[in-house]
Amino acid sequence: MVKKKKTEKVIINGEKDMPPMPASLGSMLSNPTSSWRSIRPVIREEKCTRCMICWKYCPEPAILPTDPPTIDYDYCKGCGICIEECPFDAIDTENEGK
Amino acid sequence: MKKVLTGNFAAAYGATAARVNVIAAYPITPQTTIVEILSEIVADGLLKAEFIKVESEHSALAASIGAQAAGARTFTATSAQGLTLMHELIHWAARGRLPIVMANVNRAMAPGWSIWADTTDSLSQRDTGWMQVYCENNQEVYDTILLSYRISEHEDVLLPTLVNLDAFFLSHTSQVVDLRDQDKIDSFILPYKPKYKLDINHPSSFGALTSPDHYYEFSYKIQRAHEKAVHIIEEAGEAFERLFGKKYGLTESYRCDDAEYLLISYGTIAGTVKEAVDRIRERGLKLGALKIRYFRPFPKEQVRRICKNVKTIGVIDRAISYGQAGQFFTEVKSVLDVGKHQLFGFIAGLGGRDVSISDIETMNKYMQSEKADDLIWIGVKQ
Repeated sequence: MVKKKKTEKVIINGEKDMPPMPASLGSMLSNPTSSWRSIRPVIREEKCTRCMICWKYCPEPAILPTDPPTIDYDYCKGCGICIEECPFDAIDTENEGK
Repeated sequence: MKKVLTGNFAAAYGATAARVNVIAAYPITPQTTIVEILSEIVADGLLKAEFIKVESEHSALAASIGAQAAGARTFTATSAQGLTLMHELIHWAARGRLPIVMANVNRAMAPGWSIWADTTDSLSQRDTGWMQVYCENNQEVYDTILLSYRISEHEDVLLPTLVNLDAFFLSHTSQVVDLRDQDKIDSFILPYKPKYKLDINHPSSFGALTSPDHYYEFSYKIQRAHEKAVHIIEEAGEAFERLFGKKYGLTESYRCDDAEYLLISYGTIAGTVKEAVDRIRERGLKLGALKIRYFRPFPKEQVRRICKNVKTIGVIDRAISYGQAGQFFTEVKSVLDVGKHQLFGFIAGLGGRDVSISDIETMNKYMQSEKADDLIWIGVKQ
């Protein structure tokens, strides 16, 4: 797993705490966007050939170019594109929220 | 140093003197010579700036937004169809609070295909959050570009400015322009150091998804910035006068002190009105002229103050909001106590038709003899 640099979550109580534009309200590093994921892709290391097609296709990008590739579940939204695109059926589907 | 310059060259020289870092623009008649001369100035090494060639006006403003967000002082220029193609990004620049300065050569919207003066293009950008200035002559174009960088980049403002000049009457007409001393300009416009900018060492999101929890407050802040800008525009005008001996404000009044009649106008028509005022006053009629420079923020207090003791007021628009009346007329009417005034809304000069002194005389006669009317067409061929 690639190490993520955490940034501080910005607390906003009113307009005086806000910058003039929707910017610099902290970074996405402090704002995981995976709570709505309903299915979880799981990479099977033994079937994976490291072709990295999943990494190329992930729109987030939540697949990290490690060996073997890993999925960043803080940002994976469970769209399933990696599962669909893997030529070796090396990515399984698991249900979330069991 | 005095030079004979077209309005377009005056705009380009203004951007050069403001030491812009990035210029992104696409040619369109009658704006083309602005970016043409700027490309030469940059190529000749007279201005250290990045000149980005783009494939459309939409891209020109997109590139300007990116550059300004990264902390560069940015200039672009366009006209009519180009300005309206930018429309989506015109909102983006203002809501992103990016103090871009853009020159717009006011040109009529097609069809019929026209390259001549008409302010419908910029007035249809009214609700985007940009400040809008209308210039009367080439000196004012040059000076307004300088003023706009100082005003737009003020930390209490952070709003982009659209500097408008009438097609051909200014863009391609040569006039004497006094180019200001560069050292004084450098003390008037300080280097651009934004508090918020794109920085790879401090990653943050810019213009990201904003829920109903926060969007409302960002809108509130834009309105507050316009309210503060009213004072900052006046302050900048006074500082400009101290350095260069010429004062600019939100409005400019001409022979208004004892006026019993008033004509309100903007752009090049304001110059014609002044000349007409002189002639009409020779006949003993107390007519005054008010030029509105800033359409946004709209100078409510200034208009109210000048109009306070004047019963009969006419407003001349070189544009129309179809189904209603002239845009400036509607704005003026909205800030006055309508029961106290006789208000006349004149539509004149659409699509570049000349507005002559005799047209102003016609308006004056109308104000003397007819009943007040929101919509009076001057010179429709019957």
